Amino acid sequence: MSGAFSYLPEAGSDKGSLIKGLQLVQSREGYVSDDAVRAVSAHFGVPEAEVEGVLTFYAQFKRTKPGKYQISICDGTACHIKGSTQIAAWLAAELGIGNGQTTEDGLFSIETVACLGCCSLAPCMAVNGKVHAKLDRKSLTRILNEYKKMN
Amino acid sequence: MASIKRIKVGTASCGLAAGAGAVLEAFRRCAGSVPVAEVGCIGHCYAEPIVEAELDNGESVFYCRVKGTDEAAKAILSLTDEGRFIIPERRRELEHIFVTRLAGRINPVDLAEYKANGGFKGLERAISMTPAQVVDEVKASGLRGRGGAGFPTGMKWSFLAAKQVPDKVMICNADEGDPGAFMDRSMMESVPFQVLEGMMIGAWATGATRLFIYCRAEYPLAIKHLKIAIAEMKKAGLDKLPGRPAPLEIVIKEGAGAFVCGEETAMIHSLEGGRGTPRFRPPFPTDSGWNGLPTSINNVETFANIPPLMVEGGEHFASIGTEKGKGTKIFALAGDVENPGLTEVPLGVTLAEVVYEIGGAKPGTVKAVQTGGPSGGCIPADKFDTKIDYDSLKALGAIMGSGGLIVIGNHRCMVETARYFLSFTQRESCGKCTFCRVGTTRMHETLERIVAGKGVESDIDFLEQLGDKVRKGALCGLGQTAPNPALSTIRYFRNEYLAHVRDHVCEAKQCAALVDVKVDPSKCIKCRLCVRTCPVGAIDPETIVVDNDKCSKCNSCIEVCPKKTISRVLRGEGYHSSNAQK
Ligand SMILES: Cc1cc2nc3c(=O)[nH]c(=O)nc-3n(C[C@H](O)[C@H](O)[C@H](O)COP(=O)(O)O)c2cc1C
Ligand code: FES
Repeated sequence: MSGAFSYLPEAGSDKGSLIKGLQLVQSREGYVSDDAVRAVSAHFGVPEAEVEGVLTFYAQFKRTKPGKYQISICDGTACHIKGSTQIAAWLAAELGIGNGQTTEDGLFSIETVACLGCCSLAPCMAVNGKVHAKLDRKSLTRILNEYKKMN
Repeated sequence: MASIKRIKVGTASCGLAAGAGAVLEAFRRCAGSVPVAEVGCIGHCYAEPIVEAELDNGESVFYCRVKGTDEAAKAILSLTDEGRFIIPERRRELEHIFVTRLAGRINPVDLAEYKANGGFKGLERAISMTPAQVVDEVKASGLRGRGGAGFPTGMKWSFLAAKQVPDKVMICNADEGDPGAFMDRSMMESVPFQVLEGMMIGAWATGATRLFIYCRAEYPLAIKHLKIAIAEMKKAGLDKLPGRPAPLEIVIKEGAGAFVCGEETAMIHSLEGGRGTPRFRPPFPTDSGWNGLPTSINNVETFANIPPLMVEGGEHFASIGTEKGKGTKIFALAGDVENPGLTEVPLGVTLAEVVYEIGGAKPGTVKAVQTGGPSGGCIPADKFDTKIDYDSLKALGAIMGSGGLIVIGNHRCMVETARYFLSFTQRESCGKCTFCRVGTTRMHETLERIVAGKGVESDIDFLEQLGDKVRKGALCGLGQTAPNPALSTIRYFRNEYLAHVRDHVCEAKQCAALVDVKVDPSKCIKCRLCVRTCPVGAIDPETIVVDNDKCSKCNSCIEVCPKKTISRVLRGEGYHSSNAQK
């Protein structure tokens, strides 16, 4: 454990930085593992149960390893009105996984978020932070194929 | 003829999503000695990617929907007439550009450029006055908070200023939780210095010593620009105030995806590192906030109003808008409109002016507009002559909220819209108080039942009664406003509810359980693209008939059909193999 999360002090050590610490872990590891929970608990001097409490409260934190390409499909109001339910269904059908899951080859994972701030170009999704806008059936397939081809 | 002094490419999130990255690269390749700058968003997101050619005679030429190719870049560099973008005359008349004056016009992270355009003049004027005078000026302006509740900003500041303690906190609420609102994102990305200058003026007026910005993590570019801007201010000594022993602490905290954290007491808990649950008020944050210190919270747009307000003066500010709603408001227009994007209008314009004249929606095609997000309501088109301000929208059962304005076309189902919002609030309820936790869950379940075609007429009364109780009984604003989307749609669109529960009909053909999918054989060319695309094998390859017992209503076939022969029809109008066998 000691070596693995040695960067934690970068987030500070006061309890107020607990969320920041967890965000740091997630940005480095991609998710927050059980080992990470133990390390964070020890570092901030906060019981593990409380760390879990904070983790489960915030939608941002992942407890399982996400795919190489993390797809955030927007289900904010604008995207919902413009058909994000269907986009999510197509995505699930194309990749064979649902919300919060990762494909077996570890390439893609899907999470649903509420608004990427690009509502004027709805419906949108982000892949590793890059926003793809005005999605439809065809562009969705094309985008997925582009990412698949890179591997 | 004038020549080009500089090329500006809009690379805010909306621009990038529309392809501004490639446009920028094309100009970097082709522009030669002409400087190429990245700027934020001018609000006309529907026209992205947007390029501005700044001329040496002081004028500018705008281009819209620019392609990321060398030819496109070269054409613009020779000031082609093609693709020029002119803001429609009527829109110009209706808008009042006050807060967004610099948004999309300057390099967001260039301090010198911000200053050259009047930046930090507001702070300069503020510190030439006493803090009490600044508070009075903000009071006189009539500025009310732009984050939702509309509390008078000057008054809030006076509460904080009255606290005689050495350490006080001022928080900028940049959580922008309303899914469908994006003006705060745009302001932070486009003019981060303006938001920070507003906070510095606030710190001067109230004696605040620590400045926090709580920004949602979904806005990486906003966070990046704010971080650069803070570092630039530090370098230039602009984080210091006269008479203060030390520079101010300015810290960005990233939210972690919880809507309730936009509520001020929840935000304070989150900033303290714990679960973001709200608490009962009083004590108000100005009495006991972050770690017990007096704390005041204002929204991004509220802070962005402060510098121009200080430059122009409170009296000028108060001359804009209505009796009880002073100044301008930025609205985020999205949904079924031609011109989605941001628009800054004086309070008091009508919904019709915003939706039809600025948004470009055709009268007759729009059913309602949703304002205020999950806390707000749906206003029907026959009320669009309403002048927009805090009180008028409240009287209609909606709220102005942070300024999200979602236009809902005739082809959308209002019951499904209400269900969507309740699913959101139900999920986001922190679970602390029973009314919100259980109430939103029951309301959501009931709406789920109705859209699934399993509702009964008494469900509508149940929603109204329970909604009223949740409104009154919930601990914080989330629960108190959560019933609004359901209550306002029942109020104005009861017919749709009745059609769902009595006849099991969704006129808009949106509720999957109440529709069938059908191929029009007269137009079908038997290309069988639909057969190949259908994920559940519901379409017969010989007859090209959709079996609605198998169909998952995913619309894939409808989207791929080259002849547009497939559509949703009312339930019962399509083929069901189970019926055929009988
Ligand atoms: C559930 C909930 C969510 C909120 N979300 C936001 C938000 O995202 N942004 C915001 O500025 N205010 C939000 N508010 C309002 C804040 O509690 C607070 O009133 C506001 O930040 C005060 O700033 P202002 O006076 O400048 O508007 C929210 C309130 C509630 C109850
Ligand atoms: S609602 Fe999808 S980006 Fe805002």
